[in-house]
Amino acid sequence: MTAVSMTVNGQHVSAEIDPRTLLVQFLREELRMTGTHVGCDTSQCGCCVVHVNGDAVKSCTTLALTCDGASVTTIEGLAKGDELHPMQAAFRENHGLQCGFCTPGMIMTAVELVSRKGTNLDEHTIREELEGNLCRCTGYHNIVKAIAAGAQAMGTAAE
Amino acid sequence: MYEFAYHRPGSVAEAAKLAGDHTDGKLLAGGQTLLPTMKQRLAGPSDIIDLSRLDDLRGISVKDGVVTIKALTRHAAVATSAEVKAAIPALAELAGMIGDPAVRNKGTIGGSVANNDPAADYPSACLALGATITTNKRAIKADDFFQGMFETALEEGEIITSISFPVPEKANYQKFRNPASRYALVGVFVAKTAGHVRVAVTGAGASGVFRVRDFEAALEANFAPAALDGKSVSASGLNSDIHADAEYRAHLITVMAKRAVAAAG
Ligand SMILES: Cc1cc2nc3c(=O)[nH]c(=O)nc-3n(C[C@H](O)[C@H](O)[C@H](O)COP(=O)(O)OP(=O)(O)OC[C@H]3O[C@@H](n4cnc5c(N)ncnc54)[C@H](O)[C@@H]3O)c2cc1C
Ligand code: FES
Ligand code: FES
Repeated sequence: MTAVSMTVNGQHVSAEIDPRTLLVQFLREELRMTGTHVGCDTSQCGCCVVHVNGDAVKSCTTLALTCDGASVTTIEGLAKGDELHPMQAAFRENHGLQCGFCTPGMIMTAVELVSRKGTNLDEHTIREELEGNLCRCTGYHNIVKAIAAGAQAMGTAAE
Repeated sequence: MYEFAYHRPGSVAEAAKLAGDHTDGKLLAGGQTLLPTMKQRLAGPSDIIDLSRLDDLRGISVKDGVVTIKALTRHAAVATSAEVKAAIPALAELAGMIGDPAVRNKGTIGGSVANNDPAADYPSACLALGATITTNKRAIKADDFFQGMFETALEEGEIITSISFPVPEKANYQKFRNPASRYALVGVFVAKTAGHVRVAVTGAGASGVFRVRDFEAALEANFAPAALDGKSVSASGLNSDIHADAEYRAHLITVMAKRAVAAAG
């Protein structure tokens, strides 16, 4: 067992873990934060995307120990109390989810996308940037609409 | 995943010592290849030597017509680097075509080159641009570095520290993606320097990245897509799988090479 500590959604956490522990296992099994999902075993679906020091990464393809000292944000860290983050609200408004399994990864990917490419996102950019996020339900159309709207709303909220 | 002991060295020298002491261990860079392989139990290293704290192995510089990218520089950093875009735009574009945004936020150039996946993108840039791969021990020319599928000139525990790319007159990379895996089904990198042209193909060769001398000679005589009319690479020695058979890959090589020449201008 090896000691690890990091900041998750603003809270300092530390634990003794098996070095094999993936970041997603640390979040779900150690911290019991099950908002981050595991949809595949092959690093391809993006359900597990979280932010590590601001970068969107696949938490199923990251060792928890590599994140020692890092600041991690998960889907649980976006809402302010009962108030949804603008990107979450846009997914609800635009019917951007059906079963919801892919949604945490979609939203974390979308929020980081806005931080890199701004709040005016065209459809082509959104579709390209969703390369690593798979959805089995929606056919993507409403996800793309939700991200465009959520990005705009993030711009308005920041003003 | 099989069990392993975890180390997080603070310097290249310490990492090299750990790698020397644990010959069944593996260096961990971005983990975007190694961790999936370990999860599937296709690899079971006794020790993981996590390079993530070696901050002096990150960064990009351009000097005297050479772009030097340190080994732990992530694909996202190369794709968005103003210096790389100005000096070798094709290299920035290539980095931006790797996998998806989350993979590019973690995966590193050193990891990609060390791994030498036959469908990876960077090996083609190294070979076509005549890059030099520098390790903690020596400098290796790309022509000598890539030695077959997942095979390189690296010795056990040798650590890539940087990769240097001479700035060409013109270059372009064309990738025909496997739509599911996003790796190259066929990728062709064409680079033109004073009097010389190099053409490197990834994704297609059964023993990894390779140069097409016949295309190079034709393009040295006339750097235009038409120079490759009627030219092709033999399908024997190319990969055949459920995604594409060897004949189709051979066809794609000419098509992608012509597109790269056209785009290089
Ligand atoms: C979903 C997905 C899609 C992808 N798509 C593409 C694609 O389209 N094109 C493409 O080219 N790649 C693709 N990749 C692979 C990706 O580019 C990896 O980041 C890269 O191949 C390995 O880099 P890494 O830093 O993650 O290395 P790691 O996975 O950490 O290591 C890979 C190997 O290199 C060794 N190594 C790492 N760093 C060094 C060093 N400095 N010196 C010596 N040895 C070292 C390790 O020991 C290990 O054997 C994809 C990966 C995923 C998960
Ligand atoms: S669970 Fe991480 S990519 Fe699928
Ligand atoms: S909403 Fe069901 S997988 Fe995307």
